[in-house]
Formats: sequence, structure tokens, C-alpha cells
Amino acid sequence: MLNEIKYFFKTFLLIELLQGMAVTWRHMWAPKITIQYPDERTPQSPRFRGLHALRRYPSGEERCIACKLCEAVCPAMAITIESAERDDGTRRTTRYDIDLTKCIFCGFCEEACPVDAIVETRIFDYHGEKRGDLYYTKDMLLAVGDKHAAQIAQDKADDAPYR
Amino acid sequence: MEWFQELLGPAWLPVWTLVKIIVIVLPLLIAVAYLTYAERKIIGYMQIRIGPNRVGFFGYRLVGLGQPIADAVKLMTKEILLPTGANKSLFLVGPVLAIAPALAAWAVVPFTDHLVLANVNASLLYIMAITSMGVYGVVVAGWASNSKYALLGALRSAAQIVSYEIAMGFALVGVLMSAQSLNLVEIVQHQSGGFWQWYWLPLFPLFIVYLIAGVAETNRAPFDVAEGESEIVAGFHVDYSGMAFAVFFLAEYANMILVAALTSILFLGGWLSPVPFLPDGFFWIAAKISFVLFLFLWFRATFPRYRYDQIMRLGWKVFIPVTLVWILVVGAFMQTPLGYLFH
Repeated sequence: MLNEIKYFFKTFLLIELLQGMAVTWRHMWAPKITIQYPDERTPQSPRFRGLHALRRYPSGEERCIACKLCEAVCPAMAITIESAERDDGTRRTTRYDIDLTKCIFCGFCEEACPVDAIVETRIFDYHGEKRGDLYYTKDMLLAVGDKHAAQIAQDKADDAPYR
Repeated sequence: MEWFQELLGPAWLPVWTLVKIIVIVLPLLIAVAYLTYAERKIIGYMQIRIGPNRVGFFGYRLVGLGQPIADAVKLMTKEILLPTGANKSLFLVGPVLAIAPALAAWAVVPFTDHLVLANVNASLLYIMAITSMGVYGVVVAGWASNSKYALLGALRSAAQIVSYEIAMGFALVGVLMSAQSLNLVEIVQHQSGGFWQWYWLPLFPLFIVYLIAGVAETNRAPFDVAEGESEIVAGFHVDYSGMAFAVFFLAEYANMILVAALTSILFLGGWLSPVPFLPDGFFWIAAKISFVLFLFLWFRATFPRYRYDQIMRLGWKVFIPVTLVWILVVGAFMQTPLGYLFH
């Protein structure tokens, strides 16, 4: 009985509703947490898994040896590799394509790579304007790697102690 | 002005009335546009966000003040889709039926002693009559869309508006008992004498009931089950696009401003100043309307949506008894020497 009376006054006097409004009132004056994206960016981990890149050795020689481990491990089957023997007798890829519309950015290719050739960079804001634009070929992946070589190397070094 | 009057001859009266209507409706539409901006901004702030802050004028951002204009332009240039199964004529009449009462009610709303389009004696009655017309727009639109979601939304909205109108009407009965007038100007003049003389104090339960019923009447959160995007997508206006949708939007927000204006006039002393040393004027009613509108937005930022049966329970089993009891209290006190408390 007493509880019923208590409940009656609690609901009838809108106490809990007023408490709720006090919460939103306090929040209105709280500092805002919005990150205004193109102008401001959230911090990223060195392990961030974004756009792929193919790396080179400092000599300029491409790292990839066409072992096809990444192609095998890729759960989305987004990677297509064809290889051939080069004039100097080494095995190299003649084709290394990643279909980014298939890719799920799991990072397994990067894990599988024995020579750290394929990596995922911090780049997440890229786009394609027509069908096929997100089908990255070997040249495009190498270009990404060349452009961001320093950043990729830094991220690899930062992450190395934890591997 | 008299020169103008002679020039137009008998056409003077309609032209002059038209001018007055435009003078009321145009600022109202601008107020609606900026109410949507205020809503997004205030709710954003209450959710620790910033809200729109990009679109400005002449290359300046101006904290996003250009946003409502951009929204309006976008809606005007969008296509109005006509669903194949819809009843075409009623489908297009629906938005008109929704917005017409929302604008027509402003004819009798006084902004100061003299600043009122039509100072009729039964203005409160007129408001009651014209605002209850608004539900037809919703029902017609919901039915004409020939969609299950729209029909459900329309039914919910109709039942809700009809239920809450009763509580709202009883709350108004309390006001007219105190003011002993149906004329909105006289109701405000009756409240003169400062903050403590306004009707919110002696009629406090009715004030709260009116405010909440007003939120329900305009189908605003937490009573927005008519839209209920989680279960019926957007309710009665699910099939509307472009300007037809925008008209519903305008009607909803114009209704919000109307309810806020009526709350200010009936319970918060309209254009009267709260303290004796400051002059009365339009400024005060604008400030009070803004305050009530802020409450509307605050409610929306705070409360989760009511369940439909709970809305009905609140309307019929809580608000109507509360208003009836308070009307009885007011009536009883008026027969005693303490009656001055309620005048």
C-alpha cells in the first residue's frame, strides 16, 4: 500500500522525467566531442587496416616474390596473382590485383606475407568514380607503396616490438 | 496610406487583409525554418554533438545558419512522387489540409494589445475548432497513400489527437473560467500584474496538462508514435517526397509554434512583462514562445517514445481526471471569498 502511494507520487509529480531533463540540460553545456572530419581526424593505430600497398626494398627492388600466400589466405578471394620467371632468374608477379570491392580489410594478407610486401596503410578515405575504379592493379598498389613508403616503414617499426 | 485606399477603392479591404496575412505568415514560415535549425542545434548540443555548422552565407559559415535555406531549396527541387495505388487528388489535398488550419489559427493570435489580425470575441473557440481540423490532413494523407504504414500512422495520429484534444479542451475551460472570457486579448489582459498573476500558478495542473497535451497534439516526441520510424517507417507521410513532404513538415512545426504561442498567451501572460518596471510588448511574447519551443526540443532530446497503449492511458485515465478535478477546484473556490486566487 505504502509503495503504491509512493509510486503514485513519484509518477504523478514527474520526478523521474525532471531528473532526465536535468541530465540533458547538463549535457547541453558539456564540451562537445564531435570530430569535424575533413578538418580534424581521430588518432589512428599503426596497425590501422586501410588501403593496400605493395612495398619495395630500399634498393628499389619490389619485395613481392609471388609466393601467393596472401592469395591463399584471403577469405574474400579478392587477390589475384600470376607469376613468371624474370630474366635474372627470380620469380616475380606479372599480375597482382586486389578487388577492393571484395576486400573485407581483415589484414590476413599482411599477416601472411613472409617479406612484408603487401601491407595495409592508414589511408581510408579513397574512392572510385566509376565501376572498376576500386579494382587495384599491381602498378597502382606499388604507386601507393611508393607514395607512403616512409609512413608504412614507420608504422611497421612502431608495431614491431609487439609482434 | 489614405491615398492608397482611394486608389484601390472597394478592393482596399481584401488587399489590406492580404498584406496583414503576409506580414504574419512570412515571419511564421521563416520561424519554422529556423525552428528546425534550432532543433538540430539544441538536440545536438544535448547529445554532446555540434549540430549543423557548415552551411552559411557568402562564404562564411556563421555556425550553420544557412542550413534551413539549403534544406528548403533541396526539398523544393526534389520530385514529388505519386504512388501508383494512391488516390491522386486526395494524396495532393492531404498536405494542404494539414497546413491550412496550422496557418489559419494565427488569424486570432494576438501579439500585443492591438497587433492582432482578427480580434474576435470567441477566439479561443475558433482556435479549438480550427486546430482540430488539422487531423484531417493526416488522416486523408494516410488513407490516400494506399500503404499499410501510412494508414497505421494516420490511425494512430487520429486517435491520439482526438484523445488529447479533450484534455486540452478541459485545460482551456479552466482558463476561461478564470478569465471569464473567450477573447484571447482579454484573457491576457486578465493576467496583468506581473509574474505571479499569470495563470500558470493558479492553474498549474492545467498548465502542465496543456503543455504535455500540446506536445501530444503536435505528434512530437515522446508522443510521435504516428511517425514511429522503428515500426511504421514514417507513418502517414511515408509516401510523400519533395515539397509535399515539406508541407507536412511546415504544418508540424507551425503547429508547434502555435501551441507554444497559445501556452504563452493562456498561461504565461502573453505580451505582459513579468516585472512591473519593464514595459510590456511583443518582445515578451516572442521570448515566451521561444521558451516553450525550447521545452519542446528539450523533451524530444530527453524522453524515449511512449508505447501506444500508454499514450492512451495517459490521455484518458490521467489527464482528463486531473483537469476535471482542477476545474472543480477552481469552480468551488470561485464561490468562496478565496475566489480572487483564481482570477
